[in-house]
Amino acid sequence: MFAFQMADIMPALPEIFLAGIALVLVLVAAYGGETPRSARRVTRIAMGGILITLALVVNGDPLASRAFGGMFSADSFAIYMKVLVLLGTFAALGMSLRSDGDSDINKPEYSLLVLLALVGMMLMISADNLMALYMGVELQSLPLYVVAAMRTNSLRSSEAGLKYFLLGALSSGMLLYGASLVYGVAGTTDFAGIAEAISGRDMPTVFIIGMVFMISGLAFKVSAAPFHMWTPDVYEGSPTLVTALFAIAPKVAAISLLLRLSYGAFGSIADQWQQVLIALSVGSMVIGALGAIMQTDIKRMMAYSSIAHMGYALAGLAAGTVAGVTGVMIYMTGYVFMGAGTFAIILLMRRDGAEATRITDLQGLSRTHPLLALGLLVMMFSMAGIPPLAGFFGKWYVFLAAVEAGLVPLAVIGVVMSVIGAFYYLRIIRLMYFEDTDSPLDSKIPMANRVVLGASLAVILLFFAGIAGLLAAADSAAVALIVLG
Amino acid sequence: MLELSLNHYLAVSAVLFALGTFGIFLNRKNVITILMSIELMLLAVNINMVAFSAYNGDLEGQIFSLFILTVAAAEAAIGLAILVVFFRNRGSIAVEDVNMMKG
Repeated sequence: MFAFQMADIMPALPEIFLAGIALVLVLVAAYGGETPRSARRVTRIAMGGILITLALVVNGDPLASRAFGGMFSADSFAIYMKVLVLLGTFAALGMSLRSDGDSDINKPEYSLLVLLALVGMMLMISADNLMALYMGVELQSLPLYVVAAMRTNSLRSSEAGLKYFLLGALSSGMLLYGASLVYGVAGTTDFAGIAEAISGRDMPTVFIIGMVFMISGLAFKVSAAPFHMWTPDVYEGSPTLVTALFAIAPKVAAISLLLRLSYGAFGSIADQWQQVLIALSVGSMVIGALGAIMQTDIKRMMAYSSIAHMGYALAGLAAGTVAGVTGVMIYMTGYVFMGAGTFAIILLMRRDGAEATRITDLQGLSRTHPLLALGLLVMMFSMAGIPPLAGFFGKWYVFLAAVEAGLVPLAVIGVVMSVIGAFYYLRIIRLMYFEDTDSPLDSKIPMANRVVLGASLAVILLFFAGIAGLLAAADSAAVALIVLG
Repeated sequence: MLELSLNHYLAVSAVLFALGTFGIFLNRKNVITILMSIELMLLAVNINMVAFSAYNGDLEGQIFSLFILTVAAAEAAIGLAILVVFFRNRGSIAVEDVNMMKG
């Protein structure tokens, strides 16, 4: 008989705490009413909750990590990824705290929904069972559909929400159909059980179909080509604060889940999923690099840029080795800080209080706001992968892992695509430094954006100094993932 | 007398799932139809889950299908809510009118 034991839920304490905070905030928001003041109070409490959760996550014991009868695993891989997601969401929420902010976002329910999505992301990172995987994915997706449509009087925002919802629901359906086939063949929903059931036997086609369905469903969530169609529209249509959140946190959770699924559950048939991931990776790198060139809206451009980034990360995933996992983790570390820093600047692109998100609005930024221009310059160099910035190390370790695994053509395509990608990053720098403007952007820079930008810049510029420590942490986490997962 | 085997259930569910998928991609009329197609896909999965669960003699699949039913309800509620917001702004829920942004 199943007996209730504290030890069986303690590893999930951070998630339980965060969910509890979210429930308390429902009451706080209900009593506070629809005022901006109440919204700021809710956001502050949410941010405090995230900080406490961060402390709980870091203090977790990665050795006694299984909760809910093995459905949930808070190993060192989960701790590493959760820290990234928590920091990213903290930054995104922090930037929504401004007194003159967007009145559509300054609603109490915004932080509440983001907090629930955050619980979902943490569950995704820790999921060690098909059921936990599905619940995590849905808990993350459902609030995000709503926040995409948060600006209820804007056609663009509601269209973004609708498209995100429809394609997201389709991807959940594919994920589930795949999960049902995998469950049917393996006879269990537990990742370790699946790995055990499939090792050393010839897999029926049904199982392979199920696996491909599951990987495709998750490819939607990481917006890997050819499942990327929603990304540009959702990035463009959503309120910029929401786009910032989309660009920072959910992809980290989705890629962690993909890592855990492919290395944990499907670890013994790596040769089967490798081809799928290589195809996804090449497609994303090409579409991301070529698609971004023609864009005129910076949010749309960032969408293609994130598709390309996911392509590079998937190249590491496709390697199927410990070095590959480490490379992906280093890549995602840089990705979170690049996203946070870049969006801290994009959020400031306003003219007379109205959002101005065309790329040409950045013209002459170096004259009107020299420090901002310098910050964006560093971010763009890092995204283009220029050493010694964070983006370079991510690409380096990912491609190194791919080459070591014998995927030389994949690495070559990756390098070529990053060179093409550098074109549109450098175009922004050219606009900022070599063009002039007669209508400068607003000059007010809120404290939160300064802090986020400063912190991201510090991480990206000093990445080379901390790379040894990061590598050690990522390496031990990767080993834990592959051995325990 | 025809004996119902696992394959029969899987065939029904595969047909339902395919119908749902085609409903999403071929339907050019109404977003509500897409919501119904999504529902159809999830129900196809449920048939799969329960059939496998009975065939394997393992309860997990049935519990999974309960989770799927619950989440599907929440998903439908959120989808309809977003659709109402969209209708207020656009005055239409035709699929061809979801076209403010290219792509």
